[in-house]
Amino acid sequence: MKQHAIVIVGGGPAGMAAAVAAYDRGVTDVVILDREPRLGGILQQCIHNGFGLHKLGRELTGPEYAAVYAQQVAERNIPVYYETMVTSVSPDRVVTARNREGILKIRAQAVILAMGCRERSRGALNICGTRPAGIYSAGTAQKLINCDGYMVGKRVVILGSGDIGLIMARRMSLEGAKVEAVCELMSYSGGLTRNIVQCLEDFGIPLYLSTTVVQIHGDKRLEGVTVAQVDENRRPIESTRRYIPCDTLLLSVGLIPENELTQVCGIPMDPVTGGAMVDESCMTKVSGIFACGNVLHVHDLVDYVSDEAERAGKGAADFVKNGKNAECRYLPTKAGRGVRYVVPQQLRKDTGDVDLFLRVTQPFGKVKFTVTAGNKVLAVAKRLKAAPGEMERITLKQALLYDAEGTVTVELEEL
Amino acid sequence: MIYDVIIIGAGVIGAMAARELSKYQLKVCLLEKENDVACGASKANSGIIHGGYDPEPGTLKAKMNTEGVALLYEAAKELHVPYKNNGSLVLAFSEKEDETVLELFERGKINGIAGLSVISGNQARAIEPNLSDKVTSALLIPNAGIICPYALTIAAVGNAMDNGVELKRNFAVAAMEKTAKGYIVSAKDGQSVTGRFVLNCAGGYSDKVAAMVGDNDYTIVPRAGEYLLLDKTEGSRVSHTIFQVPSEEGKGILVSPTADGNLLTGPTAAKVATPDSKEITPEGIEQVQRLAAKSVPSVNFRQVITSFTGVRSSGTTGDFIIEPSRKAPGVVHLVAIESPGLTCCVAIARYAVAQLEKAGLALEAKESWDGNREDTHAFRDMSDEEKDAFIQKNPDYGRIVCRCEQVSEGEIRAAIRRNPQAWDMDGVKRRTRSGMGRCQGGFCGPYVMRLLSEELGIPMEQVTKNGGESRMVTERIGE
Repeated sequence: MKQHAIVIVGGGPAGMAAAVAAYDRGVTDVVILDREPRLGGILQQCIHNGFGLHKLGRELTGPEYAAVYAQQVAERNIPVYYETMVTSVSPDRVVTARNREGILKIRAQAVILAMGCRERSRGALNICGTRPAGIYSAGTAQKLINCDGYMVGKRVVILGSGDIGLIMARRMSLEGAKVEAVCELMSYSGGLTRNIVQCLEDFGIPLYLSTTVVQIHGDKRLEGVTVAQVDENRRPIESTRRYIPCDTLLLSVGLIPENELTQVCGIPMDPVTGGAMVDESCMTKVSGIFACGNVLHVHDLVDYVSDEAERAGKGAADFVKNGKNAECRYLPTKAGRGVRYVVPQQLRKDTGDVDLFLRVTQPFGKVKFTVTAGNKVLAVAKRLKAAPGEMERITLKQALLYDAEGTVTVELEEL
Repeated sequence: MIYDVIIIGAGVIGAMAARELSKYQLKVCLLEKENDVACGASKANSGIIHGGYDPEPGTLKAKMNTEGVALLYEAAKELHVPYKNNGSLVLAFSEKEDETVLELFERGKINGIAGLSVISGNQARAIEPNLSDKVTSALLIPNAGIICPYALTIAAVGNAMDNGVELKRNFAVAAMEKTAKGYIVSAKDGQSVTGRFVLNCAGGYSDKVAAMVGDNDYTIVPRAGEYLLLDKTEGSRVSHTIFQVPSEEGKGILVSPTADGNLLTGPTAAKVATPDSKEITPEGIEQVQRLAAKSVPSVNFRQVITSFTGVRSSGTTGDFIIEPSRKAPGVVHLVAIESPGLTCCVAIARYAVAQLEKAGLALEAKESWDGNREDTHAFRDMSDEEKDAFIQKNPDYGRIVCRCEQVSEGEIRAAIRRNPQAWDMDGVKRRTRSGMGRCQGGFCGPYVMRLLSEELGIPMEQVTKNGGESRMVTERIGE
């Protein structure tokens, strides 16, 4: 069995940033395992721009953003096992993987999980009708078009207005397809405002809110879909049913952190985020196993993934150097009124300032977030607006945290 | 070329008939209208090996079921098709249904089914803790089991082909004509084959095929069944196959583990216009969820990974019909092979071959016949050490293509090469399980398309989901 200080599962943006941060923190025996033949993960198919504005101060495409970090990995001579798929991670940190050379087993002092996420499929939606060709998740279509060079269809309906769906509406239009409609079940889009403007409005593509696809038509290849508006309980309104001819239906209906390895390892999960429960250093409740990026919770911007992965990388390096501090005491966190989830799910109060990441339950106008522990207010933050599609960050100051007790609760108030 | 026997339809019945006939010195041709085998009822059913308590005593169904269970287990072993003898329970929820359970028990005894017992609701919950509190009694059927129906069909066709049977796909039979040499069976597109004997295993279309030789008195009444398939995380919700006492609608909604470790719920029963119906309906989904929850309230329907519809080839008499044509000597019809047709497939195949023999087909054993098929899932079931050694020799098995089901490039390439070849995405899926997991092909789809394109020597634009116009991509960008 091979031995390494830190093994990183996944070489996407999270895995790369974690590797570099761990290395720079002084633990140089780091390896990355990735299933693809190159680093970058899903960024390689995201050929649009908009990456790096926060983190790198310039606007890059996905592959360019990946290249920045791949370069940093290369400069540090961090070994990468390509086309290598991790099949299990044990609680005592033995990582088993498979590649063309055989079965690989590595014993690690710390493991960082950075497997990313996957798209929800049609099956999970229970859409009625037939099962023809021409129905793709938006990301699969993106890969076929941008990486493989094949168009998936000419007349398109997109279900779901998440960012990938919006980006693909523009991409399909640029390649000459007609995008008939983007339908969104909710009364608001989960995508970034800039994407709604740049990908739909600029191309004259209609966005139908509170609308869903209720039936799929066609035998061999998709021939059309029936869409309908939904009521406040998200049930289709019969009188609004409408047929749209199309040969392609793209689904952008949500991302699911890809946590099969995590679950098999027995790591406690947060049912709301779909990721592991972690502390402020991204360590899960299994000692020495960390998680970061979209496998922990789905992010809207890769820049934030890189930030989080750096915390995980540092955390893993500190764990390797110092071991687990048996004395450390955790405060649990909790999503209060108006807040859907908070990451981290628990935090140590003696490690410096701590950032909380959270999402709200629905779109709000002007709001005030209040973070309390017991009767003590730890932080207050005001926003002009808040939406589920935009992750919020609130910093807790070490000075206030130090003698806090009880559950750290975040709630919001509309102003 | 004049074939000794032409089999129309490569569902599980045609497949098993082909395998049965491949034991003899015969030239056999298996015709299938779709791009692959197992594309009708055989790909979308409950995958249950029924114990045999249900059919009316004295019927052909009862006879075939009683004989068929052991024969099927034996064939599954030879063909290396995953199956499990997990037993089944038929639940009662009222005093009236308690009586039905007792009737089924008596009927099972008359049919000669060993090991049946009637147990109380509490005893049922003791062996299946997730059953509803409202269960009052149950029939326990220890010989019942689960099997993957399309894997069985594919394996039987593969084994028949390995033993000399010829498969012709995309051959939709449109006419049959009797000549001095035999029957000329022709397809819609003009191709034709000639054979001395014909087995009509056309499932949902067996009435139409029978009518081609003048037998007009069969009617298939297609009845659709909708299913919801759940993730493997729900696969151990129950260990037995859980039925409810039969109603006029069918055997009721079942909750069952599958041979591959998922949880299956369904089917509904609704008359539909055509045996090809694939419609999923809101009513169907609602009914499956409601009635499955009646048996097992804790089923988590948020874990549904796909829904599908299968169509039963029901007849009008309630029994299987396997008999020689009244008009065309040498033609044997197999009509109304509905549930428990899968359970009975080997028994039915033997019965049909006996009918051919009676009609004058000489059956001379073929010495070279080998009923064993290589285990296509051997790699999946190896230990890490065995896998390591295997990958050293076959590096393609080290590259995982489908992450959810952990299917390697080697397994996919083998499925495209081995009898019966996979010709499309669905064919790869049914042979390897690639794309059958929770992401439903989101990640592996493009990779599998490329492997199909490479192995079949066709451009990507010609790779289909399931033949015909079901193309996956429309054109190369920039050309």
